[in-house]
Amino acid sequence: MEYVKAFFVGGLICVIVQIFMDHTKLQPGRIMVLLVISGVLLGALGIYEKIEAFAGCGATVPLSGFGFSLWKGMKEAVDQHGFLGLFEGGFTAAAVGTSAALIFSYLASLIFQPKMKQ
Amino acid sequence: MRHEPTKQEYSQMVEEMTPKHNSLLNCIRAFFVGGAFCLLGEMIKQTMMKVFDISKKDALLYVTIELVLLSVILTGFNLYGKITKFGGAGGLVPITGFANSVASPAIEYQKEGQVFGIGVKIFTIAGPVILYGIFSAFLAGICYFLGTQWGWIG
Repeated sequence: MEYVKAFFVGGLICVIVQIFMDHTKLQPGRIMVLLVISGVLLGALGIYEKIEAFAGCGATVPLSGFGFSLWKGMKEAVDQHGFLGLFEGGFTAAAVGTSAALIFSYLASLIFQPKMKQ
Repeated sequence: MRHEPTKQEYSQMVEEMTPKHNSLLNCIRAFFVGGAFCLLGEMIKQTMMKVFDISKKDALLYVTIELVLLSVILTGFNLYGKITKFGGAGGLVPITGFANSVASPAIEYQKEGQVFGIGVKIFTIAGPVILYGIFSAFLAGICYFLGTQWGWIG
């Protein structure tokens, strides 16, 4: 059942973004920025937590889930370190995702050659 | 001699050549492609938790690492672009789309050098995403911080 929920909710988030894209013609970069910001916002409002509790990876795998984890990291850091946490939480929460993307991408740039556009 | 198309014929040609936006079909594709990535994530998460006895928090981090790795490999073999072309938002929205947007310029611009090629271009999409992600989390954090200080929250 968890698998069905993850598939369905994850797919639904993509459909919402697809409709948004078809109507606004926004570039992918802007879409990703908007997704992360809305994840942070929905996280701070306590809404994304409920979506995650229901859908699991259907909520965490989309980029809005990345925003949600940024918010969670921020909240934890503020709870632990107060004011200093404001400058800690974001990068702590983003650490694994961005490090993985940067490290693997750099390795890929050493291994793969650019291909001609078809 | 080639026949020169009239203005009317030309605009008709443009009309025919421009890909039709089939919004419903786009949505169905986005649903299945995006859903498939989330399903894969959930499968990794459950495997990590059940087979390797890892906490949910850590399992989610493993999901991120493994999906990012998968996406970078697919990007290297020039396959991720095809997924995005077919799936639209379904290829863009999951964390794999983010990883693709990091790996793709890193591979593409390697000829321009380590620092100003790979080093700069690797952040083409990652830069804005990290900047606005961190900054919006900071703003939300300030609200939370002040809220707890003044006793509105918690």
